[in-house]
Amino acid sequence: MICLVPMILVVTDATELTGRLGANPVEEILDRFGNWALRFIMITLAVTPLRRLTGWNWLTRFRRMFGLFTFFYVLMHFLTWLILDQGVLLSAILEDLVERPFITIGFAALVLLTALAVTSTNGMRRRLGRRWQTLHNATYLIAILGVWHYWWQVKKDIAEPLIYAAILTVLLGTRVWWRWTRRRQRR
Amino acid sequence: MLIKKPSDIRPSEITSEHNYLNRREFMRAGAVVGGSLLGSSAFSAIVPEARGAKLANVEPGAFSTDETPNSYEDITTYNNYYEFGTGKADPFKNAQDFEPRPWSITVEGECEKTGIFDFEDFVKPFDLEERIYRMRCVEAWSMVIPWVGISLAEVVKYLQPTSKARYVAFETLNDASRMPGIRRRTLDWPYREGLTIEEATNPLSILAVGLYGEVLPNQNGAPIRLVVPWKYGFKGIKGIVRMRFTERRPKTSWNMSQPREYGFYANVNPEVDHPRWSQARERRIGSGIFASKQPTLMFNGYGEKVAHLYKGLDLRRNY
Repeated sequence: MICLVPMILVVTDATELTGRLGANPVEEILDRFGNWALRFIMITLAVTPLRRLTGWNWLTRFRRMFGLFTFFYVLMHFLTWLILDQGVLLSAILEDLVERPFITIGFAALVLLTALAVTSTNGMRRRLGRRWQTLHNATYLIAILGVWHYWWQVKKDIAEPLIYAAILTVLLGTRVWWRWTRRRQRR
Repeated sequence: MLIKKPSDIRPSEITSEHNYLNRREFMRAGAVVGGSLLGSSAFSAIVPEARGAKLANVEPGAFSTDETPNSYEDITTYNNYYEFGTGKADPFKNAQDFEPRPWSITVEGECEKTGIFDFEDFVKPFDLEERIYRMRCVEAWSMVIPWVGISLAEVVKYLQPTSKARYVAFETLNDASRMPGIRRRTLDWPYREGLTIEEATNPLSILAVGLYGEVLPNQNGAPIRLVVPWKYGFKGIKGIVRMRFTERRPKTSWNMSQPREYGFYANVNPEVDHPRWSQARERRIGSGIFASKQPTLMFNGYGEKVAHLYKGLDLRRNY
């Protein structure tokens, strides 16, 4: 439920119940959804390192939900762009998808994430067997694409994308580090 | 047949040097008398210091659009002014305590009237005009803004550029103690902009000192900023402290920062995209969440007044 607060705030701010979306509401909504998508993928990727550090195994139960919320906010971000920003103008949308690399990689991340969301059920997991894990390793790639998409879009001040990139480096770095140490122990 | 023959009466024999040098005051005195007789009043620009104070003697200027201006709130809370932060709401938040007085403007380079002018003295010789202009940001949004300003062409004429002057360069105040955004090197401070002399003397170009008939708010570039409505918003340099007439093209901030993305001319052009986004359409601020974008006009719709400045220039290369 808490994960839905950013979504609810967009609606209540748009109707000026809780706050305001400012002079350019479409840009504001786009930014908020995009930012929450990045936050949720960071949270999702933080589950495993956190569990290993603290021994809190119950964290794992929330991992799928965090992943699905990542998908939810990416989808809202995409729909905001498609409907509110581009006004479902097909020519402009296609031009952006093809000619603006930052939009291409954002879209690629959405396509991958959709595949992960669809295969996230217990049934699909059983059916795919070992291939499921391989497929869901795409999460790492999606996170990289997401930060890259943000970085590339920013006009000049890269402070915020830099923060996401730093967090992602730590989250992926711990995994590389653990793999490496495990391999050394085995030797 | 044209017969050229020197006038046998020299101008100095008719007009004394004193009267010549004080011709503006002389004319103004006449205008005061005439104005009071006619009941109108439009004379030298006096810009009060108090924040939000009403400007007196503002004449409706030419070239205003009849489109509905954006709200005062939209114009004053959604700004790009990196000296006060890079977020759109940052200038509104961070420029509240800024004091745009005392303020002086240094005029230098290829002109006769070089020197350091107090802001009041700088604007005093000119008439205040309201100009309601469209403003198109390079980020593909736009507004309609009721500026109050003085004609830049008049200012340039007054400063008497020499025959060598081909460009006018401008600089923003560079004071990290008063402008928190300067503490970070997001751009190579001070902010710099420039125009060709022809652009600067185009009747559309103004130096704005007011908004909605009031003193210009800090976040919009108080006390004085450039407005060139056929160019992207970043050309409209804020908080001007320096004007330099030059023979060579001056460096400009966004061009220095990302030369592939921002050119010297920066004319609004729906056919030449920014490398990372389309410039074909724009979002009009204040049109609501469900409004669609509108087509961007060549030279932001001011082509009739400015297109001749760029005859023969490849606008795709000179973006």
